[in-house]
Amino acid sequence: MSNWKLICKLDDIPQLGSRIVRRASGGDIAIFRNSADEVFALHDKCPHKGGPLSQGIVHGRRVTCPLHGWNIGLDDGQAVAPDVGSCGRFAVKIEGGEVFLAV
Amino acid sequence: MSKPRLVLIGNGMAGVRTVEELLKIKPDHYDITIFGAEPHPNYNRILLSPVLAGEMTISEIVLNELDWYKENGITLHTGKQIARIDRAARKVIAEDGSEEHYDRLLIATGSTPFMLPIPGNDLPGVIGYRDIKDTDEMIDAATRHKHAVVIGGGLLGLEAANGLKLRGMDVTVVHLGPWLLERQLDEIAGKMLQKSLEDKGLKFLLETQTEALIQGESGRVAAIRFKGGMQIPADLVVMAAGIRPNYALAEKSGIYCNRGIVVNDTMQTYDPKIYAVGECVSHRGIAYGLVAPLFEQAKVAANHLAGYGIGRYTGSVTSTKLKVTGIDLFSAGDYMGGKDTEEIVLNDPHGGVYKKLVIRDNKLVGGVMYGDTADGPWYFQLLKDGRDIHDIRDSLIFGQSLVGDVGHAGNSKAADMADSAEVCGCNGVTKGAIVQAIKAKGLFTLDEVKKHTKAASSCGSCAGLVEQILASTIGGAYTPAALDTKPMCGCTEHSHAKVRQLIRDEHLTTKETIFAELGWTTPNGCDKCRPAINYYLISTFPNEAKDDPQSRFINERAHANIQNDGTYSVVPRMWGGLTNPKELRAIADAAEKYQVPTVKVTGGQRIDLLGVKKEDLPAIWADLNAAGMVSGHAYGKSIRTVKTCVGAEHCRFGTQLAMDMGVKLEKMLFDMYSPHKVKLAVSGCPRNCAEAGIKDVGVIGVDSGYELYVGGNGGIKTEVAQFLCKVKSDEEVMEYSGAFLQLYREEGWYLERTCHWLERVGLDYVKGKIVADDEGRKVLHARLLDSLKGAKDPWAASREPAAIKQFIPIAVDA
Repeated sequence: MSNWKLICKLDDIPQLGSRIVRRASGGDIAIFRNSADEVFALHDKCPHKGGPLSQGIVHGRRVTCPLHGWNIGLDDGQAVAPDVGSCGRFAVKIEGGEVFLAV
Repeated sequence: MSKPRLVLIGNGMAGVRTVEELLKIKPDHYDITIFGAEPHPNYNRILLSPVLAGEMTISEIVLNELDWYKENGITLHTGKQIARIDRAARKVIAEDGSEEHYDRLLIATGSTPFMLPIPGNDLPGVIGYRDIKDTDEMIDAATRHKHAVVIGGGLLGLEAANGLKLRGMDVTVVHLGPWLLERQLDEIAGKMLQKSLEDKGLKFLLETQTEALIQGESGRVAAIRFKGGMQIPADLVVMAAGIRPNYALAEKSGIYCNRGIVVNDTMQTYDPKIYAVGECVSHRGIAYGLVAPLFEQAKVAANHLAGYGIGRYTGSVTSTKLKVTGIDLFSAGDYMGGKDTEEIVLNDPHGGVYKKLVIRDNKLVGGVMYGDTADGPWYFQLLKDGRDIHDIRDSLIFGQSLVGDVGHAGNSKAADMADSAEVCGCNGVTKGAIVQAIKAKGLFTLDEVKKHTKAASSCGSCAGLVEQILASTIGGAYTPAALDTKPMCGCTEHSHAKVRQLIRDEHLTTKETIFAELGWTTPNGCDKCRPAINYYLISTFPNEAKDDPQSRFINERAHANIQNDGTYSVVPRMWGGLTNPKELRAIADAAEKYQVPTVKVTGGQRIDLLGVKKEDLPAIWADLNAAGMVSGHAYGKSIRTVKTCVGAEHCRFGTQLAMDMGVKLEKMLFDMYSPHKVKLAVSGCPRNCAEAGIKDVGVIGVDSGYELYVGGNGGIKTEVAQFLCKVKSDEEVMEYSGAFLQLYREEGWYLERTCHWLERVGLDYVKGKIVADDEGRKVLHARLLDSLKGAKDPWAASREPAAIKQFIPIAVDA
């Protein structure tokens, strides 16, 4: 069922940074790249108060929401304890230096 | 490959805390097995007194449930005493014969109550006060017997006596010393305490030595006889005459002991494979019986067990607080003083308040408080930080609220607050919720409370209050970390002070080298340390270190302020708060063109366009740039605004050209990043319409020149700026304020406002560098100008190809 869409080149996402993928419907998706060049995709909406996770600071496999500092796991979409909440994930892969997202 | 094995003897607070610290910094490193002699999981021994007093239950004081051991893959043997350690074969042998091999052994066998060597000390009904079993026995005795005698008028003895009294017994406290708690209190406070306890119905026999315990017909203890022959009935005798480190096992196994297991500063015993922490330990000749030092030891031991080898335990200053409801008592450090100390005393016997502060060389070295202990943690912090107090000496005894801190005026007595009272206004956290979390989750530090309750985690103005609540809830177990040794964040053991110093001394110029060389436990830090390090790098090596946008908070990356709905606010710079029709027209046009929903005038005399979409930012900036405006840096830990009054340009009272001075200052400081935001104001006369008294740097024109004020703050805590000096010319205003800000930029810790920095280093230090040292001031000012040379408007720079990407969303047809 995977519908892989070419999003951008890996180099279009800064290390320890992100890009926003805008969909016609269903809300924005945030694509993150960490220092190990792993990429992750999450619904761009913090489970706390809906903050744009794409604007947060990326560290290890986590992103810190810019609004109130919740930490969200990039690989599992779960809020880091003691906070509780989860955020939708999307499959994403790198092939030949290009990033593909399953939407 | 199998993991190395770590065995812990002693399932108590110090040992398990070490394991927790170890799991935090290096999970999965060891296979861990824990032996505990008691049949319980790890519980908070300090809270046994509230259990005895009927204020808490045993289940409430459990720190680690059995599930915790399971989740962390720890094998727990409760009710199993270790009989010996075979160091040659590296195994421990339990009393039931079972064995466990170890690669590293941690001994945390705690202490045992000292049982007076008198006849009858082994009779039924004679107990120490140490564990759940003793507590249960006391509770049980209270239901069936009448007369209780507590031997020892120390903390533990008084708490036991209070609990037994509350449970209906007739209680006498027998004490050898001349007053109660003579190791924590001076005579006056000791007598005041005795009076209030007598009011609660307790009886005291001071300077009384116990000679024998006498058996009754039932076989149980029935009476106690004192030297001199006096005898009183006693169906329960609690010995609380001190504790002895429990090191028999270690000593028997050939580990060097001297009134405790002797350890070095890494908590290692003379056997390098064996570590020891807690009350069983003798460190530099001292065995600690309070929990706070044990936690510091645990942290160090864990680090060395993890193989990181960072950190030394160098001993602790301790504070104590009596956990008897309704009695406020706090003491810390050298409260008796000596020949070389001075004392400040406040004594109000009628009002039941006594405070004594002991000072040596202008530093607080000890203190006793009775009746009003709200400021205990604050004094203790001053003591640990070794801060020079001579500038606040005249009001020191009256507490923190009179020295300028607060934000919660008249509401600072944590113990008196109702459970429903709101403590943290940002996150809506009540006192009850904080107390509940502290008890239920076993929290001991401000950081832990922040994490679990969110209290004090936003603006931080209630941190002091939260610390007081911690102190009143857990008593002596609470120790504030000394500021200059407190770790920056969970990624490192190093403090802000240490990291700043190492960056400079070792000439570290990238965050990667810092993470590697200083032993960061995370690959690229976190949202707390990375922005701090990025700032330290660019402020220390302005022409060498490279700014890393990904280490900056979004506002500084997007050069605009993120709002609660994900849009941004745009504030163009208006130098000195001045504008003109052309700029206003451009702002109006931009607001219409980009459908800006809200336009507002800010407190810093600027115009704020709120609700701009991120993808519109480069375009709206381009329009504003075209009209000659640049970024207002309303979003940064940076120069924000220089607020001005109309000054002698227009005002009939003006003595100086305030607007002109303000514009010059603002142009000098353009694009200046700093530990936290920086706001200035220039008023043209002492009427001070620009509110210079609450700015980081306030300039007030007088007929003969300018007065300079520093360290004011109109935000979280209103802080009145302090007078720095008077200068004559505009050039001097620029030089002095520039040098002051450069000193702050070079020495302040990240997120420390000038007022906090000043509180830490003292105004005299700053005066020494800025006012007294002409040469030094000029050098500082020159360094400021050098680091700001070639500053570019970040709005214009954002249109460069690499920078603009972040503003453009990628569209997909899905």
